[in-house]
Amino acid sequence: MEELLNELKEKFSSVIIEIQEKDYPTLICKRSGFLDLMKYLKEEKGFKYLIDLCGVDYLDYKYKNFEERFEVVYHLYNLDTKILLRLKVRIPEKDCWQYSVTPLWETANWFERECYDMFGINFKGHPNLKRILMPDDWEGHPLRKDYPVYLEEEQEWKTYKELKEKVKQQS
Amino acid sequence: MATYLEINKKQVNEEKWEEPFYLNMGPQHPSTHGVLRLFLELEGETIVNCTPIIGYLHRGVEKLAETLNYNQTIVLSDRLDYIASAANNTAFALAFEKLMGLEVPRRAKLLRTIVCEMARICNHLLWLATHALDIGAMTVFLYCFRDREWLLNIYEKICGARLTHTYVRVGGVRQDFTQEIIDELYKFTEEFPSRIYDYETLIDVNRIWLKRTKGVAVVPAEDAINLGLTGPVLRGSGVPYDVRKFRPYDAYGEVEFIVPTGKNGDTYDRYRVRMEELRQSNRIIRQCLDKLPETQGEPVVAENAPDLLMPEKIRKPEPKPVPKKGVIFKGEEIPVVPPGEAFASIESPKGELAVYVVSDGSNKPWRLRVRTPSFVHISAIPYMAKNHLIADLIAIIGTLDIVLGDSDR
Repeated sequence: MEELLNELKEKFSSVIIEIQEKDYPTLICKRSGFLDLMKYLKEEKGFKYLIDLCGVDYLDYKYKNFEERFEVVYHLYNLDTKILLRLKVRIPEKDCWQYSVTPLWETANWFERECYDMFGINFKGHPNLKRILMPDDWEGHPLRKDYPVYLEEEQEWKTYKELKEKVKQQS
Repeated sequence: MATYLEINKKQVNEEKWEEPFYLNMGPQHPSTHGVLRLFLELEGETIVNCTPIIGYLHRGVEKLAETLNYNQTIVLSDRLDYIASAANNTAFALAFEKLMGLEVPRRAKLLRTIVCEMARICNHLLWLATHALDIGAMTVFLYCFRDREWLLNIYEKICGARLTHTYVRVGGVRQDFTQEIIDELYKFTEEFPSRIYDYETLIDVNRIWLKRTKGVAVVPAEDAINLGLTGPVLRGSGVPYDVRKFRPYDAYGEVEFIVPTGKNGDTYDRYRVRMEELRQSNRIIRQCLDKLPETQGEPVVAENAPDLLMPEKIRKPEPKPVPKKGVIFKGEEIPVVPPGEAFASIESPKGELAVYVVSDGSNKPWRLRVRTPSFVHISAIPYMAKNHLIADLIAIIGTLDIVLGDSDR
């Protein structure tokens, strides 16, 4: 474990900003050069299984010590050495995109689509980036912190509104 | 879905163009086990392309969890995979305990393990019943439901609910087993292995069953890992990855069991893996029951477990010599839950269920992420269904063991 972290720190000193010791070792990475790190981890270090990929919105988070609004969190697992790694990439609101890892892990395909659907983070290089859980014509990204839990009537989903009116007319 | 058609027309010479046949399977199709829609592109009866469309059961569990406190969130987890809700409860509870730094008493760990394995048996019985029914074996369905009913009745005695039992909670479990439940479980573990044998005699060497399952939807080990498949589906391909062995939680470290694996990675192997898992689950329950008397009388909830109704902020009173009358209570605010993040994953009956939680010190999670096995498994359908017949697609949906409540969240 220690060896791996030291090696990564040396080899990718321009990509890795910080290594934190939490419940699992956490690498905080820069966006540029991130794909090289992931490729190295998968092909050389045997992290063949991507457990999870998700976004987190840190808008007005009290204990925040960075500027960017979003974070994309990766959990990687090595089935041989049983090491679990957590990687984080911080993404500013104005420049809201991240490199897609779908060419490396097929699993990431739907995870990234969900992340895009829920947070509006664009994944560059994704083969089919569109909404997955919400309808295609939905407005807004539900898991952002500034998205309300209960919608006002004016903000209702357009298709649903039209359907309601149609039912009213017929009855 | 005109877009697919237009793209294809551009690629092929217009004169030679023969329109492929498009078919919508679902969302209301009995063998899709819920509201899964598959958009198929067919050539005769062979599937050329398959696009799963999900989201019909999306309830926004992750968003809702941000408005509820930690104990209330566990109730939401019941509604994810409603066939094995005890496993979901455990995953949530484990993540929250890690975040709060709670140490669960040993008795609670044993009880959790029992409940989780019961959930696994329930799930696999329902899977076997519906999978066999889809392929055309009616009898198994009835026998499986008979035995599942037995377990559901035990669940009812444990916590009063049959499907959505919020039995596991942060820091332990809700209440202890009574002697009646333990006796009933002993009776069940005694009887159940012979029942598994009964199911096997019904379908194991059945010629139709073999023809429908052998060599269907083969997934090589390398591809299975890359697709993110977990649970019995991955083990059917010969990869012995099981969270219970790789990162033991609860009482799995102290019980003995074997992780069964398949060889060919086809539907039949996955069936064999699940049947073997039924036996192992039974064995685990038995071992845990034997260990229960050692911990007789221990508490089942951790000492500093959060109350069901968590306050927004706990206030620490200021040390004052003599409080005067009419003084407004002032104090330092302490975070209810330490800020930070935690990741916990369990081996749910369907695969790896992982929970990632971020806390901001209040009584509600800042972000709760659930990685559900069904979501990943549905994304693998296009890969598995390619160049198979429509009839095999039913077998593929069955063998993946998906629940749409689990995938859509």
